[in-house]
Amino acid sequence: MDDLLSSFYSLPVFDLKHDEKRILLNNALNQLNIHHYNNCKEYRNLINAMSFKLEVSDCQQQPYIVARLFKMLELKSISSDNIFKRLYSSGTSSENVSNIFLDGQSAKEQSKVLSKILQEFTGKQRLPMLLIDSPDIIKNKKSFSARGAGIKGLSFLGRDHTYALNSDMSINYKAIDDFLVKHSNQTILIFGFTFMIWKYLVQPLKEQGQSLNIANSILFHSGGWKKLQTQSVDNHTFKQFCYDILGNTRVHNFYGMVEQTGTVYVECEHGFLHTPVFSDILIRDIQTYRVLDNGEKGLIQLLSVLPRSYPGHSILTEDLGRIIGTDNCSCGRKGHYFHVYGRLPQSETRGCSDTYQ
Amino acid sequence: MTQTKVNNIQRLKKVFSQSLSISESQINDELEYNSIQQWDSTAHMALVAQLEAEFNIMLDIDDIIDMSSVGKCKEILKKYNVEL
Ligand SMILES: [Zn+2]
Repeated sequence: MDDLLSSFYSLPVFDLKHDEKRILLNNALNQLNIHHYNNCKEYRNLINAMSFKLEVSDCQQQPYIVARLFKMLELKSISSDNIFKRLYSSGTSSENVSNIFLDGQSAKEQSKVLSKILQEFTGKQRLPMLLIDSPDIIKNKKSFSARGAGIKGLSFLGRDHTYALNSDMSINYKAIDDFLVKHSNQTILIFGFTFMIWKYLVQPLKEQGQSLNIANSILFHSGGWKKLQTQSVDNHTFKQFCYDILGNTRVHNFYGMVEQTGTVYVECEHGFLHTPVFSDILIRDIQTYRVLDNGEKGLIQLLSVLPRSYPGHSILTEDLGRIIGTDNCSCGRKGHYFHVYGRLPQSETRGCSDTYQ
Repeated sequence: MTQTKVNNIQRLKKVFSQSLSISESQINDELEYNSIQQWDSTAHMALVAQLEAEFNIMLDIDDIIDMSSVGKCKEILKKYNVEL
């Protein structure tokens, strides 16, 4: 099992053709199926109940579990003594949150894979990092926050971490100015949640007719568009505001789920989300769960070679997406590239009883 | 043991003690990341920043991820020509 992931580390992150990747991925997923079947009782019950095969010949036939099961069950393939860290999804108070169990090795591997993927966009060097949030977000050690976890998760990519906002979410002009003066001739790494960047940085600066005019920066943002859609802000508008406010910047959204932390899908220069060598996407019909072709919209299933301490290597999400193409994005990256259209409206979700009995 | 080495070990202890807010007596090679409340991911980045400032080095991302104990940290610093 230890070799399984390390064999992927030596592969180029975005240069493997889909047909080559799917064979390696399927082989790894077959091994993971067996591993989780042997080490997680709940997973074993699910596989048996659904009459899934553990070893299949193609990724499309891989068994999967629905994302909400992580909210209903404690799914783990390690003993309780080996739990190093628990991750929680951000869910609202009205619903249960997902529970993800990591041992030390898995936590480390999530960080490694995340950094490998993001370094394809930032380069090897740790860049001065501007975080679009308040420093309070990481201070409270007891209460969990998805934003805090995200910031901690990305912070090892940078150095001289500087928070752009005050505790009341107003802009900390002094901190930003000092930071920009100090690193005036370097590329700056900027990270924040999409909504935070919009609401507390670029929108207020735009209203005041100000800009930061950073000579060179890379901006990563994540967290989804739900809160922005109500303000009719799409990716294009968001980017345009960022260019106006930040100056010469490369803006990359990324998509991922807490159940598969580490394997993220980063938006390329042409606006498409890309699958790295460690993971892949399938689209399923929202009613029949049949696998759909490129171009068709449906539920996103995510496959990842990373999850070993919990059976999260093949998950059917509640997000809608569409695969745009395979191996032929103008940016040159290989594999599937896709779009995400947000969460499937509640009314259209099938009851969970028919997928978990 | 050379004087440099003795000094560096002392400097290393000081960095750990200050960035994790623990006493120097708690620091030994076996002390592991996340084994005590004070050494969490936030403190880890503070530790990295202080190590870099103290020894005038710049750590690679993979080394930051691999730095899972005081002993491992010593091993990594040696790669950066810190005598330990
Ligand atoms: Zn592309």
